[in-house]
Amino acid sequence: MAETLRLEVSRYRPEEDSEPTLQSYDVLLDALNHVKNEIDGSLTFRWSCRMGVCGSCGMMANGEPKLTCAVPLTDYDPAQPIRIEPLQFFPVVRDLVIDMSSFLEKLSNVKPWIIRDDVEATEAVEFKQTPAELDAYKQFSMCINCMLCYSACPVIGLEPEFSGPAAIALAQRYNLDSRDKGKEERMDVLDAHEGLWGCTYFGECTKVCPKNVDPAGAIQLYKMASATDYLKSLLLPWGSK
Amino acid sequence: MSGGAHEPAAGLKLYHPPMSLWWWLERRAYFKIVVRELTSLFVGAFAVVTLLQIRAVGDGPEPYAAFAAMLGSPAFITFSVVAFLAVLFHALTWFPLVPTTIVLRVGEQRVPGNIIAGAHFAGWLIVSVVVAYILLRG
Repeated sequence: MAETLRLEVSRYRPEEDSEPTLQSYDVLLDALNHVKNEIDGSLTFRWSCRMGVCGSCGMMANGEPKLTCAVPLTDYDPAQPIRIEPLQFFPVVRDLVIDMSSFLEKLSNVKPWIIRDDVEATEAVEFKQTPAELDAYKQFSMCINCMLCYSACPVIGLEPEFSGPAAIALAQRYNLDSRDKGKEERMDVLDAHEGLWGCTYFGECTKVCPKNVDPAGAIQLYKMASATDYLKSLLLPWGSK
Repeated sequence: MSGGAHEPAAGLKLYHPPMSLWWWLERRAYFKIVVRELTSLFVGAFAVVTLLQIRAVGDGPEPYAAFAAMLGSPAFITFSVVAFLAVLFHALTWFPLVPTTIVLRVGEQRVPGNIIAGAHFAGWLIVSVVVAYILLRG
């Protein structure tokens, strides 16, 4: 007899439900895709690459934000049901699909691209970097926008306007890039309560990041940079820039 | 409704999960940091008492003696013990986090986080020994 385990999956069907309910499935060890393909085709969730690169399949597994393609079912006790829910602190579109529009807006607000005013975006130019200059930002460039960090951060639940870990880490990624000249533009956006200073340093974003980006570290370094800039402008008003 | 590039599509009936009042009890890590934030009140209270003590010194021997007697009362000793434990918890849970706020480089190498945290603990120990020496030398 094949080994089975029980999934408890959060279902939200907007046309008939006012809030999510739990539905149980006894399944073979292929979990959600098995449910979708063999048991209940109406179950809705996002996935794509199945190799921890696209960042589509973030969900809550037993209350923890997880990139579900990167978590083997053998990590869980087969005698206990595994509860699968949509990423917390996000509105739910259907079942396990969250509405990410607020995240996308926060992301674009911090201008996560190289900013320069000396060349046109369409110009074919090359900016060389040393390995050390690459190392300065490489860690923060590993973000795959999976939003697990948003789902681990209670500040997002309490203050939905907070820019959040991934957006700030990506801003820092471009600030630390030797080719970029947009640090001040991003600071204008992030040096605010709903920006850097909304972070109370729970540090859970770093713990759940599947790519070891350390967004909590990025935010604290950003705060230090902001505080240093402020002190410089106070003490050295003629040479702070 | 769907005017902006990043707004949800029109007509979606989104479910907005409520945030429980007891969210900080739902994860051990949340509870720990909320307790650490609350211990900041004791850190602040301790600083205020120290400032008042300095003011009492400036006011002369009699006001200082009265202040010292107040510090020696059972109620204040109880407060001091609780405040000390709170400050201890605050420091013990904060210092390990300091390396994420400080990036030090020696040449091209980043100084490991445990050395930065260890330096904070060492500094704390040295200051404590100096203070203990001043207080206990008789």
